[in-house]
Amino acid sequence: MKFKGKAWKFGADVDTDAIIPARYLNTSDPKELASHCMEDSSNPEFMKKMKPGDIIVAEKNFGCGSSREHAPIAIKTAGVYCVVARSFARIFYRNSFNMGLPIFESPEAVDNIKEGDEIEVDADAGVISVLSSGREFKIAPVPPFMQELIAAGGLMAYTKKKTGLS
Amino acid sequence: MTITEKILAAHCGKKEVKPGELINAKLDLVLANDITAPIAIKEFRAAGAKKVFDPDRIALIPDHFAPNKDIPSAEQCNLLRQFSREHNLSLYFEVGRMGIEHALLPEQGLVVPGDAVIGADSHTCTYGGLGAFSTGVGSTDVAAAMITGEAWFKVPESMKFIYKGKLGKWVGGKDIILRTIGDIGVDGALYRAMEFTGEVIKKLPMSGRLTICNMAIEAGGKNGIIEPDEITEKYVSKRARRKYKFYKSDKKANYAEVREYDLTNMEPQIACPHLPENVKPVSQLAAVNIDQSVVGSCTNGRIEDMREAAKVIKGHKVHPYVRMIVIPATQAIYKQCIKEGLVDIFIDAGAAFSTPTCGPCLGGHMGILASGERAISTTNRNFVGRMGHPKSEVYLSNPAIASASAVLGRIGRPEELR
Repeated sequence: MKFKGKAWKFGADVDTDAIIPARYLNTSDPKELASHCMEDSSNPEFMKKMKPGDIIVAEKNFGCGSSREHAPIAIKTAGVYCVVARSFARIFYRNSFNMGLPIFESPEAVDNIKEGDEIEVDADAGVISVLSSGREFKIAPVPPFMQELIAAGGLMAYTKKKTGLS
Repeated sequence: MTITEKILAAHCGKKEVKPGELINAKLDLVLANDITAPIAIKEFRAAGAKKVFDPDRIALIPDHFAPNKDIPSAEQCNLLRQFSREHNLSLYFEVGRMGIEHALLPEQGLVVPGDAVIGADSHTCTYGGLGAFSTGVGSTDVAAAMITGEAWFKVPESMKFIYKGKLGKWVGGKDIILRTIGDIGVDGALYRAMEFTGEVIKKLPMSGRLTICNMAIEAGGKNGIIEPDEITEKYVSKRARRKYKFYKSDKKANYAEVREYDLTNMEPQIACPHLPENVKPVSQLAAVNIDQSVVGSCTNGRIEDMREAAKVIKGHKVHPYVRMIVIPATQAIYKQCIKEGLVDIFIDAGAAFSTPTCGPCLGGHMGILASGERAISTTNRNFVGRMGHPKSEVYLSNPAIASASAVLGRIGRPEELR
């Protein structure tokens, strides 16, 4: 997997209410959720400005708060390729692997990427590069079980295989 | 092993587990609500599943936007209802019988000590107060668990919190957990089990224990847990619908970190906007005016919380510029409030008294804030926009402070009421 896109920077502790405010949770329609992605964050205009294929780069504890899977669904459906952060909140991390939003931990990359930088994330090589400067940063390795989940196509595909559901 | 490790080991058929180990655990209960279940149900159906693993171990509780606040919410609640009927689920709770999930399940004896539980709601960690392992997950995890009755976990490292000293008047579980989150931060226990111990915890009633474990997620924790004891036994023995087992941490158990607190002379604690870690003692916030006071939620909607709020406000009036909204967490608590005359006290004071719902806690309904408005609330989160407009503010407190503040029109203590 290789992702190339423009970086949108966010601060620390971006919570799930900032990613998708609860007032929109009376639906689980992915497109509807995506239209409000990051609406209560530090960049409420995110959906107006971003282009599909862009990448979110955030500080520590991204996705803290609620267990709502609507958060990674909104981000993925908005067309964000992947999220790079210093660290992720536990349930958001788990949800992202389960439903197939690629996420990567790299404190070094977060320190060195500026808003608007064109970056490339090479998931297989475990490297994030800033294209303008050519600098490269390592991605924290993904635990083996999570790699298995990704390879299977997410938790439901993995469960189907395991239980013999067709 | 710690209590958390022992419960996880017992649920994956192993004698021993170690932090970092990946396990597949059998679950005693799987939970989802009207916000998270719809996605789980769609995933369950999309996978071609025809049967749930056990119709008596899946709890679907419409509590967030129920009683239905609008047409889309009605559709979501209806999806839970139809799925429950289709699969004969015995633990679907209709409006009129339902309550806020994390208050309802312990009250009804549907989660018990020694359980392993997942719920598609981050505050599922509440049941650690009973000595159970319980953790919040997403909808896809619940969809898979409804099929298999299992979930994968990385065994968490444990952090031990020891509380010493004597709690002052109007200080309780909420203040203990706010103090702790204020100390370690909103990711201070990321991926870890938070084990709460010490002489203060040993004397704490079950309501306070549930409040503490409820907010473990606000420090990033995977679960919060308290060793069960006589207080647990007394609470559980008359309600448990299943066999239960008390697990205790070994004296030589390993902890990633141990923290000690002396709580003597600790004031009531308040979390200021916009993170639960922005904690200050109440005396530093006396200049903060409020527009709304909310008493309720899975954190502080139990009968003990209702009694505390009523005791403070009895004989007083809610400030003319304040709306006070009191929401008992379950029908049984609601009825008990009527029996004890608490509803009269609240209504005579000029407060609204509502049927159980999560409502305002997550900015759903029943008390949304306008731009520039400020609430004090016994709920669990004060993120930007949490209770309404992105330019509104939420301060988190215990029920006594929320009640006193409603009368004062500003953040204050019961001792300030004349």
